[in-house]
Amino acid sequence: MFSKRKQLALAGTVADLPLESVKGRSPWRDAMNRFARNKAAVFSVVLLVLITVACIVGPWLVPHSFDDTDWGAISLPPTWAGTHWFGTDELGRDILVRTLIGGRISLLVGLLGTIASVALGIAWGAVAGFLGGKTDSVMMRIVDMMYAVPYLLIAILMMTLFGREFYLVIITIAVFSWLDTARVVRGQTLTLKSREFVEAAHAIGVPTHRIIFSHIVPNLLGIVAIYTTVTVPGVILTESVLSFLGLGVQEPMTSWGALIGDSVGKMDQQPWMLLFPSLFLCATLSCANYIGDGLRDAFDPKDR
Amino acid sequence: MAEQNKELILSVRDVKVHFQVRQGNTWPWQPSRTLKAVDGVSFDLYAGETLGVVGESGCGKSTLSRAMLNLIPATAGSIVWLGKEMRGASHGDWQTARKDIQMIFQDPLASLNPRMTVAQIIAEPLRTHKPELSNDEVMQRVRAIMVRVGLREQQINRYPHEFSGGQAQRIGIARALILEPKLVICDEPVSALDVSIQAQIINLLKELQREMGLALIFIAHDLAVVKHISDRVLVMYLGHVMELATKEALYARPTHPYTQALMSAIPLPDPELEKAKVIQILQGDLPSPINPPSGCVFRTRCPRAIEDCAKTIPPLHESQPGTLVACIRA
Repeated sequence: MFSKRKQLALAGTVADLPLESVKGRSPWRDAMNRFARNKAAVFSVVLLVLITVACIVGPWLVPHSFDDTDWGAISLPPTWAGTHWFGTDELGRDILVRTLIGGRISLLVGLLGTIASVALGIAWGAVAGFLGGKTDSVMMRIVDMMYAVPYLLIAILMMTLFGREFYLVIITIAVFSWLDTARVVRGQTLTLKSREFVEAAHAIGVPTHRIIFSHIVPNLLGIVAIYTTVTVPGVILTESVLSFLGLGVQEPMTSWGALIGDSVGKMDQQPWMLLFPSLFLCATLSCANYIGDGLRDAFDPKDR
Repeated sequence: MAEQNKELILSVRDVKVHFQVRQGNTWPWQPSRTLKAVDGVSFDLYAGETLGVVGESGCGKSTLSRAMLNLIPATAGSIVWLGKEMRGASHGDWQTARKDIQMIFQDPLASLNPRMTVAQIIAEPLRTHKPELSNDEVMQRVRAIMVRVGLREQQINRYPHEFSGGQAQRIGIARALILEPKLVICDEPVSALDVSIQAQIINLLKELQREMGLALIFIAHDLAVVKHISDRVLVMYLGHVMELATKEALYARPTHPYTQALMSAIPLPDPELEKAKVIQILQGDLPSPINPPSGCVFRTRCPRAIEDCAKTIPPLHESQPGTLVACIRA
């Protein structure tokens, strides 16, 4: 490689370069390369994938069901002797399988809640930013008003009015978590709108919808990718808070937040019941944050 | 320039671009004020000629160029393109006109979308105005124009951030020329480049202009650059035309006091002459276009202003062959 380059340098002229088209590096690929060099972020991706796979596949491999009561092993501490490696709770249910099942719910809420909130946030923010003027003012004042509403109060109201349904948890979370994304996307759209390449597209006569989709949106994706990873832990945390308060999923189904909420009262007798779900939750949240940091650094190498 | 033999392509008459602005700390029901960015500009443009537009920052040169493309609609006056009145024309008519009027921007890198390849950027006018062309044909034309502006074909799949400023401006020129337009508006195309690159780009523009028979509106604040490329020069001040003259007349015998002040500021390459030269420094700043002076807008800084200058806006009149000037004392 080096010697080849040296030869080229010796040959002296650019005309000697290979004649086939040089493949350019897109800003996306550049960002991904920078991301791949970030050890903490790559490690977080690997760990997050492992946790996800464990939560999806794990419950089938563990020789217990999440709602089975093992009368011979009530409040069993973690042990290598039997099959209850993470111990059991006071009803004799295996903590390992309950943690993994709870992980399914928490990760699913994280995923769906994030998709819903990011989609709503991009649509709202991009429209407000691109249209500008009075439309923008009205739309952003609505966002400000939403910020002022205490979301826990609304969540409690919805749960008591409509019952504790899984989809209601996701809707409640989505309704309150798109606000940040909308603000950031609007700001970004405003700056993009006045950039010279957008003006150049107007000058050429490119139709508005093509300006939005081929000039504005591709340049938004970087910041949106970052915000998505920041939203995931927020959403998982919100679900945990709701479950902790007893507003989330219904027994015997569980989530990390519900498991932690159940076990705080017993942490002096059965600390393992608190330890394992907390470990999983903390690991997932840290991973998501590190990935978000890595993406931010990868997309904005100047702003570090 | 024998203008009578030339085909008139663009005729601008008394064009005004006014903005309604609301200053801070005012109530919503207070009337907004009018910012007169361009206030009554008239000129003609013939096929194949270059009209230089000069003036200090904020004099309305860029706004004028945006009005030619309806990027900022003119609020009054008339813009006749190839015999058709374009002010207030439909979107479809403007789309047709845009096939023949293209633009080159000041900051070459900022005017290219960072997430598109060179091929996509240069092909965009073709894809917009000639969607019937096949992909192969588009790429063939892109390669041809790239070679013509001095880029290498192998760079076709690269992204803008992989180019230098001069190369990026060549991409911008390729994008402007791929439709073979009749008029290219250059909004300070070289002021962001360093001097050796400026010369390359200017010479490239001149060469392409000769080959393709382009008309150019060349906006700049560098008088030496304008002298090199223009046939006629339009001097603007605070949204008004001060002087419109052929290059020879303007640089040999500047008539308007503002033009004279500008000319005296051009550095001379001869140190002896440069030392002996008297630079005529204008007093004060450019007045606000929200509240321009009455009569002649230049009178507040004019060394030759008299009382009558405040009374009426001086009309553009021929003071000598080849020179139109807006000054009652010229």
